[in-house]
Amino acid sequence: MPGAEPNNKKMSIIVTKGTLDWAYPPFILSTTAAAMDVEVTMFFTFYGLQLLKKDLGHLQVSTLGNPAMEMPLMGMHMKMPNLVSAFPGMDAACSRLMKNLIKKKGVASIEDLREAAIDSGVRLIGCQMTLDLFEWGPGDMIGEMEIGGAATYMENALASDINLFI
Amino acid sequence: MAELDARGLNCPMPILRTKKALKDLAAGDILTVQATDPGSVKDFEAFCRTTGNTLMETSEDDGVYTYVIKKN
Repeated sequence: MPGAEPNNKKMSIIVTKGTLDWAYPPFILSTTAAAMDVEVTMFFTFYGLQLLKKDLGHLQVSTLGNPAMEMPLMGMHMKMPNLVSAFPGMDAACSRLMKNLIKKKGVASIEDLREAAIDSGVRLIGCQMTLDLFEWGPGDMIGEMEIGGAATYMENALASDINLFI
Repeated sequence: MAELDARGLNCPMPILRTKKALKDLAAGDILTVQATDPGSVKDFEAFCRTTGNTLMETSEDDGVYTYVIKKN
């Protein structure tokens, strides 16, 4: 259970994206809220389900259509033209660069943040429909995942003080 | 007196580690946290206000922030 004295505040987050950069906001917010005695439920749907896979090594960032991305490289900030993303291995290279940057700056890995979320009692609910859609089975996902549908989310959201769509 | 070294860790790790460390303490115990994340100044104030712990002292020396927290 999160915290010794829950303050009766609840937060629910719908997680819809499964890239490395978008994995951060939901897990940072959920772990911090749990540390502040908020009861947190995260509902993962569509690409958000990537974040509940057993192995998170596959999370990537894309250089395509990401005009806000500026990577610190060689003392400058590099923007990636869309054309560059057509080169094979570009997303993988950029993701590796991002992961190195994350480690260098003392930012937690998504693995660590997810574990912290689980340790502090954050509920992780996977969307049943998306699991069916992409044919992912329980063997692909972490054991802490609960399964639910839109009504499960809705009941939770109605009782929550904070509802986020990420 | 318990100490936590959160230097070199970026948000939200200093807060998460602090919460974990506080769990093992009794009411009235003091925890001293060191962090280098400049964002942690406001964060520790907010954390203590929301969780009801007392931020007794905040200081900074050469980029290292020290927070003295009393568990309530």
